Amino acid sequence: MQHVSPVREPLVTGGKTYHDVTQDVCRQVEAAPNVRWMAALAVALFFLGVFFYSVYRTLWYGIGEWGLNKTVGWAWDITNFVWWVGIGHAGTLISAVLLLFRQKWRTSINRAAEAMTIFAVICAAMFPVLHMGRPWLAYWVFPLQNTFGSLWVNFNSPLLWDVFAISTYFTVSLVFWYTGLVPDFATIRDRAKGPIAKVAYSLLSMGWKGSAKHWSRYETVSLILAGVSTPLVLSVHTIVSMDFATSVVPGWHTTIFPPYFVAGAIFSGFAMVLTLMLITRVVFKLEDYITLEHIALMNKIMMVTGSIVGVAYITEFFIAWYSGVEFEQYAFINRATGPYWWAYWSMMTCNVISPQLVWFRRIRYSIPATFVLSIIVNIGMWFERFVIIVTSLHRDYLPSSWAMFSPSIIDIGIYVGTLGLFFTLFLLFAKFFPVINMAEVKSVLKYTVDNGPTYTGHDPHHTTPQTATHGVPASAPVNYDKHD
Amino acid sequence: MQESPKYWKGIEELENSPEFVKNALTEFADFLPVKETYGSSDAAVAPRRDFLKLMGFGIAAATLASCETPIKKAIPYLNKPEEVDPGIANFYASTYFNGQDYNSVLVKTREGRPIKLEGNPESPITRGGLSARAQASVLSLYDGARLQHFAIKGKKAEKDRVDQEIRTALAGAGRTVIVSPTIISPSTKKVIAEFASRYPGTEHVMYDVNSASGLLRANGGVLPSYDFSKADVIVSLGADFLGTWISPVEFARQYVANRKVSSDKRTMSRHFQFESALTLTGSNADVRVPVKPSEMGATAVALYNGVVGGGAAGSAQLKKAAAELKAAGSRGLVVSGSNDPAVQALVTAINQSLGSAAVDVAAPSMVRQGDDARMERAVKDIIGGQVGAVIFYNANPVFDHPMGAQLGEALKGGKVKTTISLNDRLDETGSLCTYAAPDHHWLESWNDYEPKRGFLSLAQPAISPLFATRQAQDSLLTWAGNPTSYYNYLRTQWKAVTGSDAKAWDKAVHDGVATGSALAAPAAQAGAAMGAAEAISAINSAPKFTGVELCIYEKVGVGNGTEANNPWLQELPDPVSKATWGNYVAVPRKMAEEKDWAQGDVLKVTANGKSIELPVLIQPGQAAGSVAIALGYGRTQAGKVADKVGENVLPFAVLRNGAIMYANSVTLEKTGATSPIAQTQTHHTIMDRKPVVQESTLKQYRENPKEVTEYETISTPDGPQKPNKVSLWQDYEYKNHHWGMAIDLNSCIGCGSCVVGCQAENNVAVVGKQEVINRREMHWMRIDRYYSSDASKEDFETKGKLDTYAAMEDPSENPSVIFQPMMCQHCNHAPCETVCPVLATTHSSEGLNQMTYNRCVGTRYCANNCPYKVRRFNWFSYYSNEKFEAVNGHMFTDLGRMVLNPDVTVRARGVMEKCSLCVQRIQLGKLEAKKQKRRPKDGEIVSACAQSCPTQAIVFGDMRDPESRLSKLLRREDGERAFHVLDAINVQPNMTYLTKIRNTEEVRNA
Repeated sequence: MQHVSPVREPLVTGGKTYHDVTQDVCRQVEAAPNVRWMAALAVALFFLGVFFYSVYRTLWYGIGEWGLNKTVGWAWDITNFVWWVGIGHAGTLISAVLLLFRQKWRTSINRAAEAMTIFAVICAAMFPVLHMGRPWLAYWVFPLQNTFGSLWVNFNSPLLWDVFAISTYFTVSLVFWYTGLVPDFATIRDRAKGPIAKVAYSLLSMGWKGSAKHWSRYETVSLILAGVSTPLVLSVHTIVSMDFATSVVPGWHTTIFPPYFVAGAIFSGFAMVLTLMLITRVVFKLEDYITLEHIALMNKIMMVTGSIVGVAYITEFFIAWYSGVEFEQYAFINRATGPYWWAYWSMMTCNVISPQLVWFRRIRYSIPATFVLSIIVNIGMWFERFVIIVTSLHRDYLPSSWAMFSPSIIDIGIYVGTLGLFFTLFLLFAKFFPVINMAEVKSVLKYTVDNGPTYTGHDPHHTTPQTATHGVPASAPVNYDKHD
Repeated sequence: MQESPKYWKGIEELENSPEFVKNALTEFADFLPVKETYGSSDAAVAPRRDFLKLMGFGIAAATLASCETPIKKAIPYLNKPEEVDPGIANFYASTYFNGQDYNSVLVKTREGRPIKLEGNPESPITRGGLSARAQASVLSLYDGARLQHFAIKGKKAEKDRVDQEIRTALAGAGRTVIVSPTIISPSTKKVIAEFASRYPGTEHVMYDVNSASGLLRANGGVLPSYDFSKADVIVSLGADFLGTWISPVEFARQYVANRKVSSDKRTMSRHFQFESALTLTGSNADVRVPVKPSEMGATAVALYNGVVGGGAAGSAQLKKAAAELKAAGSRGLVVSGSNDPAVQALVTAINQSLGSAAVDVAAPSMVRQGDDARMERAVKDIIGGQVGAVIFYNANPVFDHPMGAQLGEALKGGKVKTTISLNDRLDETGSLCTYAAPDHHWLESWNDYEPKRGFLSLAQPAISPLFATRQAQDSLLTWAGNPTSYYNYLRTQWKAVTGSDAKAWDKAVHDGVATGSALAAPAAQAGAAMGAAEAISAINSAPKFTGVELCIYEKVGVGNGTEANNPWLQELPDPVSKATWGNYVAVPRKMAEEKDWAQGDVLKVTANGKSIELPVLIQPGQAAGSVAIALGYGRTQAGKVADKVGENVLPFAVLRNGAIMYANSVTLEKTGATSPIAQTQTHHTIMDRKPVVQESTLKQYRENPKEVTEYETISTPDGPQKPNKVSLWQDYEYKNHHWGMAIDLNSCIGCGSCVVGCQAENNVAVVGKQEVINRREMHWMRIDRYYSSDASKEDFETKGKLDTYAAMEDPSENPSVIFQPMMCQHCNHAPCETVCPVLATTHSSEGLNQMTYNRCVGTRYCANNCPYKVRRFNWFSYYSNEKFEAVNGHMFTDLGRMVLNPDVTVRARGVMEKCSLCVQRIQLGKLEAKKQKRRPKDGEIVSACAQSCPTQAIVFGDMRDPESRLSKLLRREDGERAFHVLDAINVQPNMTYLTKIRNTEEVRNA
């Protein structure tokens, strides 16, 4: 029996019951791995192998294995770093900001998006370490007590801020993600039949019993972490952008960078979420949970952030012209017309023009179009970082030092290697962890099922708790109103 | 008061037995039934905790014991030499002469090892300047490719046996020829004469790879000495006198004396250069005219007619040059690099007619004595089998004579019965000789020199011979049957100079130089000078060129190829093309466009029936219809560094009328292959960036010295201000010293001497061709070279920005050239310092931007943020990665490592490095002054680059000392020529540049 709201589209389609949700999500975890998953994992593991080989070459022989030179001191390494960090942003935005804004539709995608954040940040974190000439001394960037007297880190350096920003971000994201996982682990634990699974999920669920106290604490922690994460969405990429903005390199020295980078990060993050979700929903048959409505909403966010990024690109050019500084002007003319013009125009096409297609409803609701778009945006955002880093560095102040950069096979190996690392982790996650937050999805189910409480206009937190079965949250955040 | 109720914890407490009381205060009850449980007493005394402790200790001890600290032995002297103190450098005066370049040097030794050469300020000729090649020759001392013992047919042999066999062979040899490059040592000449008297029929033939035979012939068999400081108008017909011609270090100093300007001296010499390839000298000229080799004769004739005869014909510049020469009279000078006696005869005639005060035939220069005609005869005789014995004394004609290939065949074919090589290695010639008696390196030798009549110079050994070699003169004396050592022989000779006074000798050795004409002068070469009319007709009847003309030139670094196995020289960028590691075909842009050649395309160059394959380098300024290839490359048996680097172009030179002509007609064919050229600079124009480098004209400077430099200002509430008046930062306070440098772009000729000087001083690694192509050379000091372009920002209005920027990337067809030495600017608001996360680069209390290698983790952020791009990253482990063993071998072996400066760390992989402003030299100077309880004197401390600069373009000093030369210079030039590179970004460098002033009407667009 289902009651369809005359006003609002349902968030979960297919008339799912609580039990259906549990079944649908747990099915992946409990069933034997299917062939497609195995094949995907094999590919991912191959690229992970490429990663390890490339890292070995880098560590054994030195950074000279890369394509960098005296003029271009950063290229693919930091491009990849910023790209991965940016991708991570969508997860945090979905779970934290959308939670605070009570965007209920996020419940179907927040788990996977958060997982993506964690894995993306892991991939990102590879680069600040690997790009060091002496990575075995990487711990020197921490303000550790030492026996060298007054030797300390440089708090003026944006790289140091990066260290704090990224490590904080990673820690908070991990805790947030894990906290959300605990009730679902408990559900799987309760259903587990195999002895290993029983033990493993028992440990992972940390003794979750689904008591009212547990749910209350769960909610409090989620809210606190959402509060903590929200500034991180802004701060991390702001600080990453300061690596460039505080420098004197024409093309880097730009005050617009913090908002521009944050928008770009959300932009690329949503693109990556879409890429992953579109595959996951098909492979794991989760079409009822990740609906076309979700896709359309995410497309809208992509379009908004993409447009912000586009405006930022144009503003940069305007300011370069307006500043009257010849080095700035040349840096931007060189971007568009210099030897790396193709990178610049790839970026412009992918990031500025392509998201505008989302204005068309048919594209917004088209799965193939969205998938292609999401890939294009990710390519475009990679080029954005490449353009900022390489085309600014390769022709800066003294023409005598102008140089070209071309990647070595090891550069490429590390990049595709991190993709391997990312997908290995994501595939393992998709197989062994619940990819959809069962507990929270169940809370939005009620909204569409006619035996649930109807909207009363009361503060939702005062509604009567329901009885819980299979770890269903009796007092999960029940919010019937999307508008408050 | 009511007693509170008492509660007992148990029946024991209630009973309160003595046993209970005893145990009640202890934290843990010790009546646990341990013994009862375990039974055995062992288990009770060695419980689990002890076991874990012991195990932990055991593992730790075993692990530690298995770690081995590398053992590095520092062995004290058993008998310490009197003058050697560990850690303190000794300097010995000596002389470098490689058969071509003369430099008086000071050898810096540490613990008995020569580690660096510096110019000898006592020398009246080189005056403390030192060429790049001389600087680098200290590395050749430790070249493992040197022959380390005597040899017969390449196999190691005992000295005595070699001597005996040679003496026997020479006794019956009949005609013996000693082939050598120019020898300017009077004592050596005497040794050779003595040898010749012992073996009659001995002939000594000298030849020069870069021959001046024609010049000698035109001046009655002597080489005039020149003084460019006495010339107000200099016209050079292809003479690269600042780079490779006769005595460049000496000439550079003289030349610049008349090029330096200040508001008190607003005059400069005027320099016209007519040449085919764009040389270092041409780059410095006020007026440079590209002339094909075939037109050089006609140019000389036209100039002659313009000055001496009835009036000039030819181009406007030529007419102007003739007119200005005429006006200058005795203050005019014409020089020519041509080896054509006819051209040189005309040049001599012009100078005589001007009465040029800059030419001195009375005190001739000695550094070129090679006679092409005699050498040609000797080579033909050897090929013809008319020579019984030949001794190659540091001569490698198989490689570096145009007839080398035939000579090689003759030697291989046994046309000469006895062949002896005194060369330092089994090179192309030496390996074909039966006997090898390798000479010492000059740093292991005693010798005397007379570079110019009346000017003497001494060389003393700075290290005991490293190998079982013997000084060539000793070999010759031994074979001549004279048992005296060459040292005693030399002393005897020098009695004529110093008398028998030991102190006078000591002083001569100490100073390294002496004056006097006491030693015998070499005989002037035979050959009558040509008259002007005869010369003109000879020029007019010279064979014509067909097709593309090849001009063979010499490079400042590798030179004639004798020292090609020196990686510092191979990696020294050519001052003009900035190419390293190998030669190439320098092609004018037009020709490349017509023939559709791109840079790096390999061409097959054919002439004289021989062909070589070399890549194309598009060279602005190369005369239309001509190409240029450098000699000295293409060694095959020099050692790991030089072998197979480039191709040997000398077989293309032709011998005409007894003189080597360094030009020929060639055909060029594209092979389809490509071979990238390793350039340290690949963008060649300045893009009209005035804040980077500034130049102006003498005219403007004369009118108002305050208007030659454009200063950027920043708008502030108080009106436009200099950028450094506005700052967010707190300025550093320098209480004691504030080091800085000033670089006069008018004096810098771009020779590259400082680059090698810095490399030697600071243990800068050599990275090899591929890594230069990858743009990863490690030089701390570089010389940026910019060509002018036909486009400038003034075209923005008419042609639009995009097109103009694109056009500005192309150099002019015949560009004007500017050199700018660039190294760490030691900014007071250093952008590198703020971005390092670990504080590995910091500011010193004396204004230095210092790099702490130990602390560096290698993020390269500092290098990215450096506006001057002077930071160098250790991409690899250059001292242990086998990829670099061939090129940086001196950091791999104990032999080679002797050249390293022990005061400077060899940088590890993964750390950043850069110019330290020679902090070790500053520190040394401060300590010396402190020992004497005084402040360092100005000029006492100099950086290696400033020390080696032949033109003193670099002034190092303390800006806190108002009386230092630097402070005075900066005060004087403030608001006139002094500028900071990129002043507006307000990094406040401690390096100041002085605007270049050209003696031209207008500055061509940069």
